[in-house]
Amino acid sequence: MNGAALIATTVQVVVVVTGAPVLVGLMRQVQARLEGRAGAGIGQPWRDLRKLLRRAPASPTGTGWPFRLAPLLLVGTSSVLAAVTPLLSTASPLDHTADLFAVVGLLALGTVTLALAALDTGTAFGGMGASREVTILALVEPTILVAVLALSARVGSTNLSEIVSTTLHDPLRVASPASLLAAAALLIVVIAETGRLPVDNPATHLELTMIHEAMILEYAGRDLALVELAAAMRLSILLGLLTSLFVPWGIAGADLAMLPLALAAFVAKVAALGVALGAAEVFIAKLRLFRVPELLAGSFVLAVLAVATSFFFLA
Amino acid sequence: MTDISYPLYLDLASGLFLLTAVGVLWRHQLSAMIRLFGLQGAALAAMVTILGIHQHSLELIVVAAGLGALRAGLLPYLARRALGDTPAEARETRPVVNVAASLLAAAALTLLAYAVTRPLVALAPSPATAILPAAVAVVLIGFFTLVTRRRALSQVVGFLLLDNGITATAFLAADGVPLIVELGVSFDLLLVVLVLQVLTTRLRTAFGSSDLDELRELHD
Repeated sequence: MNGAALIATTVQVVVVVTGAPVLVGLMRQVQARLEGRAGAGIGQPWRDLRKLLRRAPASPTGTGWPFRLAPLLLVGTSSVLAAVTPLLSTASPLDHTADLFAVVGLLALGTVTLALAALDTGTAFGGMGASREVTILALVEPTILVAVLALSARVGSTNLSEIVSTTLHDPLRVASPASLLAAAALLIVVIAETGRLPVDNPATHLELTMIHEAMILEYAGRDLALVELAAAMRLSILLGLLTSLFVPWGIAGADLAMLPLALAAFVAKVAALGVALGAAEVFIAKLRLFRVPELLAGSFVLAVLAVATSFFFLA
Repeated sequence: MTDISYPLYLDLASGLFLLTAVGVLWRHQLSAMIRLFGLQGAALAAMVTILGIHQHSLELIVVAAGLGALRAGLLPYLARRALGDTPAEARETRPVVNVAASLLAAAALTLLAYAVTRPLVALAPSPATAILPAAVAVVLIGFFTLVTRRRALSQVVGFLLLDNGITATAFLAADGVPLIVELGVSFDLLLVVLVLQVLTTRLRTAFGSSDLDELRELHD
């Protein structure tokens, strides 16, 4: 096992765990400033987490092990994803795990656990949130698989590290139609998977519009802190995956000396993408729930077109 | 145009050509469909211009300019005039196949187009013929739009998409059609949109809406 790669993976996990709430705080601050408010500052999510971690968790009567297991499993899968996806370096000791299907499976595992926990509470909000989330998940998973398959067709392998290092060596590939279509499809998928506008409003508490909030409504104290941290980690991992696949310059190989540069590049790219996403959210409204399958079907069509162009075009 | 950038520009133009066809199936607002059709006309003109520059043919470039003026300028302008002012007229009502299913059908039609044109592309491989599946896919998507939409204007947009796809196929597979045929087809399209404008105005004053399914039975 390469020592440098082990250090890179550890740094990846630490950066994602500590930096994810900061990313969420940055997005909220950008939105507040654009809406004319002063905002609570970039450190507010960490202050919220600190407050929640001091409180005891409470479970509703009648809930069983799914309710208690979900926060732990969410943080667990998010940490494994942070270690496995090629965010800082493409030579990780978990290289053979960095496969597309494994990554998508881990994401889906976290979502399904949360949906089961929401059903376990037996409340109307939980059931409604779980059914909406699973509808979106059913449409999002094929799109991720097909879109990254389009990128992997040229490389010959679905291993994410290999895709990233091949893109590093052949920069013009990013401008090909297959890559652009896959980027558009993956952007819509990231917005749907992390529950941002226009699919789900992360700041809402009205039952007509809640999807993610409805599932975590019954959590309190430490459990709620873990669920919020996991949601922030998934957002930063997915944004990091987007930048690794389409803007990979700065990612280190097996060389430890490149690590500080890779860290700075990763932080800058994900922060820029987060700010752009947050700023765009100020100007769009949430889609009606019945229109969300149309948006996701459209992103699936973009992914299928990406696969078709990558398999069939000559240039 | 260098040998490296010619396939890339052609790919990008044809990608835009196909994406606007998918966009016409996606959007609900008729004005958005007309705008996307105009963008598709511009993409078609760009494709023919790139082909003309690569083959050093002034005639192709002139034809491309004419195509752009007609399909990206005049036809969308006339179609927008046929749209009407009331908000009730602005949207497509309950297509026969709903939007999500139409989009999946568009994906299936694109794959069908790729499968069907494989022997054609294998006959004469070049960057121009590699784009042929996209043009045939636009033909199929245009036909699908024509068949599954209820409003007169969306059906005509589908018909115009169909013709855009046929023109693109002609320019990519052969060297385009003779100029006289191109002029004749363009004049036919112009007449279709002009007749549509008159027809929708008459429909609106007689029946209050241009939803063609309302015309199923005799009215007083």
